[in-house]
Amino acid sequence: MARKVSNRRRVIMSIIAWVMAFLIFFPILWTIILSFKTEGDAIRAPLQVLTSGWTLESYHTVFERSNYFRHFMNSVVISFGSVFLALVIAIPAAWAMAFVPGKRTKDVLMWMLSTKMMPAVGVLVPIYLMFRDWGLLDTRIGLIIVLCLMNLPIVIWMLFTYFKEIPNDILEAARMDGATLGSEIIYVLTPMAIPGIASTLLLNVILAWNEAFWTLNLTAAKAAPLTAFIAAYSSPEGLFYAKLSAASTLAIAPILILGWFSQKQLVRGLTFGAVK
Amino acid sequence: MSTQASRSAARLMISPSVILLFLWMAVPLGMTIWFSFQRYNLLMPGQTGFVGFQNYEYFLTDPAFFTALWNTLALVGGVLLITVIGGMLLALLLDQPVFGQGIVRILVIAPFFVMPTVSALVWKNMFYNPVNGIFGYISEFFGFQPYDYLAHAPLLSITIIVAWQWLPFATLILLTALQSLDSEQLEAAEMDGASIWSRFIYIMVPHLSRAATVVILIQTIFLLSTFAEILVTTNGGPGNASTTLTYLVYVQSLLQFDVGGGAAGGVVAVILANIVAIFLMRMIGKNLEA
Repeated sequence: MARKVSNRRRVIMSIIAWVMAFLIFFPILWTIILSFKTEGDAIRAPLQVLTSGWTLESYHTVFERSNYFRHFMNSVVISFGSVFLALVIAIPAAWAMAFVPGKRTKDVLMWMLSTKMMPAVGVLVPIYLMFRDWGLLDTRIGLIIVLCLMNLPIVIWMLFTYFKEIPNDILEAARMDGATLGSEIIYVLTPMAIPGIASTLLLNVILAWNEAFWTLNLTAAKAAPLTAFIAAYSSPEGLFYAKLSAASTLAIAPILILGWFSQKQLVRGLTFGAVK
Repeated sequence: MSTQASRSAARLMISPSVILLFLWMAVPLGMTIWFSFQRYNLLMPGQTGFVGFQNYEYFLTDPAFFTALWNTLALVGGVLLITVIGGMLLALLLDQPVFGQGIVRILVIAPFFVMPTVSALVWKNMFYNPVNGIFGYISEFFGFQPYDYLAHAPLLSITIIVAWQWLPFATLILLTALQSLDSEQLEAAEMDGASIWSRFIYIMVPHLSRAATVVILIQTIFLLSTFAEILVTTNGGPGNASTTLTYLVYVQSLLQFDVGGGAAGGVVAVILANIVAIFLMRMIGKNLEA
């Protein structure tokens, strides 16, 4: 707002905003703090927790005892793999719908969006049985396929809204200068589309990384990504707060950082371009 | 403008997506419907066959179904209520000039990036746990008995976890919408003597209604599939107290191996989700045209 704001009002608003932000962030902050404590200290009263010593013990234990690294790699391979696969399928489709729109393009887009409305549980049984019969249960490739198809509508929609903003005139100019379809895509379109493709990649990796219906139901020990690895902590033996915190911090840190970069794309991407 | 050749090229480029999405929808959904009319239990491999509507009869007359239906509505409704109202207030707050706005924003949106299993476990152990949780310490500090939240108010506790995850999303979208509001309009209203309240009701709320519709639509899609939060906190219990439709179908098909019954439940879930979807698509359709 262009108006001048009195300093007092600004200070009061700042205090309220910081208190709210602190409260909302607190569960994450607390998890990070507990991850640097011993198991004994982690379950003491909150004030005693803060004054107790700091240690990396829990991180050592998590790395030693569990195959943390394997689950981490599963998460990386599954989330990036599914999004890359989705991009390969979606880029031509989004390109065609944005630049060669037909009569039914809008209907096709709406239909794609409507496939997202189907609750996953409605197809859980057949997918589970098919995976069992085809030996895809607990494999990375199985999850890559499912998450790819699950996010495909969002990927297409996001790319479509970005491609739509590329001025058609530039493409036509290239065409008139004799560019073939191939070179038009490689030399003219791609450089202009890269920011949009990158944001699409980023947001969908975040969604795939955090996906916790299919990853929990279709994996066991081998291909389990971090979501499933963390869920294994739900039936604990003995004291485990610090280890749980360490494992959690490791699982959310990469995506938290990626997420902060993607704030702007988040709004646009998840609202299918309806709010910019 | 577009030639016949580019038209067919376009069709060729769109078709893989359309075919894959169609298969992804139609084949499993068709199988679910097929299974829902079969007696098919993985524990009794010999006894299969067509049973008509029997699976539906069992599923729909099971008292657990009504509990699950109610729980689903309460969970989705509760989360929507908290996130839309809370998000509106937070967006108004973040729209003010405050010191360190960027950092405040980053802190507020952080929960959205936390994976569901992590947030559920963190809340379950570090907050709700009656012995070691922070809420336990707080109530003890004020001289109250520790309260076992997940045992006595499981659905509400889960609602709060899920709302915490989705509050940033609602805030971010409403904030984006708020920032696109023409400030001159607000200033003009202010000069004409409109109070803060009437400026909010007559200018901001209508402007935000479209964004709020989008928030409701998208969150509903995701919230109907809430699963991990229930799995790691209460396992749907105690009893059926926190079992939603999604969770009930999971229990029936993957834990009790009743493929037929689970499939019937899945079909019911799809039908209910579609009722919501049609209703919401119409709402959003009206808003998007304008």
